[in-house]
Amino acid sequence: MTDMTAPFDGRRWHDMGGDIAGPIPDASHDFALWEKRVDALMIICSSKGHFTVDGLRRVLEDMPPSSFEEMSYYERWIASITQNLIEDGVFTTSELGQRITDVKQRGTTYGEAADA
Amino acid sequence: MPHDHHEHLSPSGHPFRADNDGPLTYWQAMEIAVRELLIEKGVTTAAEIMRQIDTMDARTPSNGAKVVARVWTDPEFRAAMQTDASQATREMGYDIGPMKLIAVENTDALHNVVVCTLCSCYPRNLLGLPPDWYKSRAYRSRTVREPRRVLTEFGVNLPEDVEVRVHDSTADMRYIVIPARPAGTDGWNVDALAALVTRDSMIGTGLPKAAECD
Amino acid sequence: MPELVRVRADMPPGHVRTPAYLRGKCGLIERTLGPFYNPEQLAYGVKADALPLHRVRFTMAEVWGDQAEIPTDTIEAEIYAHWLEPA
Repeated sequence: MTDMTAPFDGRRWHDMGGDIAGPIPDASHDFALWEKRVDALMIICSSKGHFTVDGLRRVLEDMPPSSFEEMSYYERWIASITQNLIEDGVFTTSELGQRITDVKQRGTTYGEAADA
Repeated sequence: MPHDHHEHLSPSGHPFRADNDGPLTYWQAMEIAVRELLIEKGVTTAAEIMRQIDTMDARTPSNGAKVVARVWTDPEFRAAMQTDASQATREMGYDIGPMKLIAVENTDALHNVVVCTLCSCYPRNLLGLPPDWYKSRAYRSRTVREPRRVLTEFGVNLPEDVEVRVHDSTADMRYIVIPARPAGTDGWNVDALAALVTRDSMIGTGLPKAAECD
Repeated sequence: MPELVRVRADMPPGHVRTPAYLRGKCGLIERTLGPFYNPEQLAYGVKADALPLHRVRFTMAEVWGDQAEIPTDTIEAEIYAHWLEPA
């Protein structure tokens, strides 16, 4: 981990090559449907020119350092994809906010909420 | 209510995780909302999203294993891989999309290992999605500073006179390691050879399985 | 003879592809790729310049000094042309 007591020298949290860290975790998981959908949305939207992988990475890197531990990989991705799509004008925050509210009212599980 | 996801297996052959039946999270709700808005606005279709998921699911380490086995057995293909690995894998029939691939070969004197310290760049369009450890803080942090200790954790112990070369794949190219062909495999056909090639051996954190005499 | 270059020791904010641990370090250009559009511009959705991308090979001794496991082991990374200066 980065020495948090040293004055900030400009190196950003995602730029972690050479940091001291513990053992390589050996746990792995199979991706859930919603994770695969996030991955697919990234590929589709970038292939159609709505944003680039560079834009995806920019937003991921601008997240606070704690997001790396507090959010899962595809949680960070959907947050970044969403911000890039708003910046591209594909939808507005207002449209998105209303839709999220609608989605949550459909049910309490992903399966219930996704099968509209 | 359709449950199409139950028909889909992960690349490792397991069903999806049970996340569909857990409590809906904020980020899952966002994925649903974004996907629906993209479909309604004509950016994509539900069918296109399913096709993309199927395309990704079809990309597995076994594709890379067949490429490696061919490098081991076909000198012309080996030369083509060294010249332009993207073109060579496409000509072998793999849909790797726009990926720009470089093949790095292990020898008696050189061991290559791939990491992405800035994010999680990986030859996903050939090998499928990366394992979780590849994206971990520990792997991303340590591999460029102490690759030999990292390799030891993976069970790969290299003599000091073998150079370790770490590829930090942070920009436009993606890397596949061509592991050294195991001893005792003279005359083996490509399918038998491909069965020895593990995912980790193509990242550089593993070696191919040893040939077993039977 | 491969060209000896130094990675600029800059610490800008924003999206860059040059790992901090390589900044200020010298290496040899192993091969030149590209041109590729500058990700530092692509990330912000502005018009991007096409740049050569150099694969630079560094020794562990150069990067980590006496902390290196084996000084002659190597690291290769792709560095965009504007991050490199003559060594």
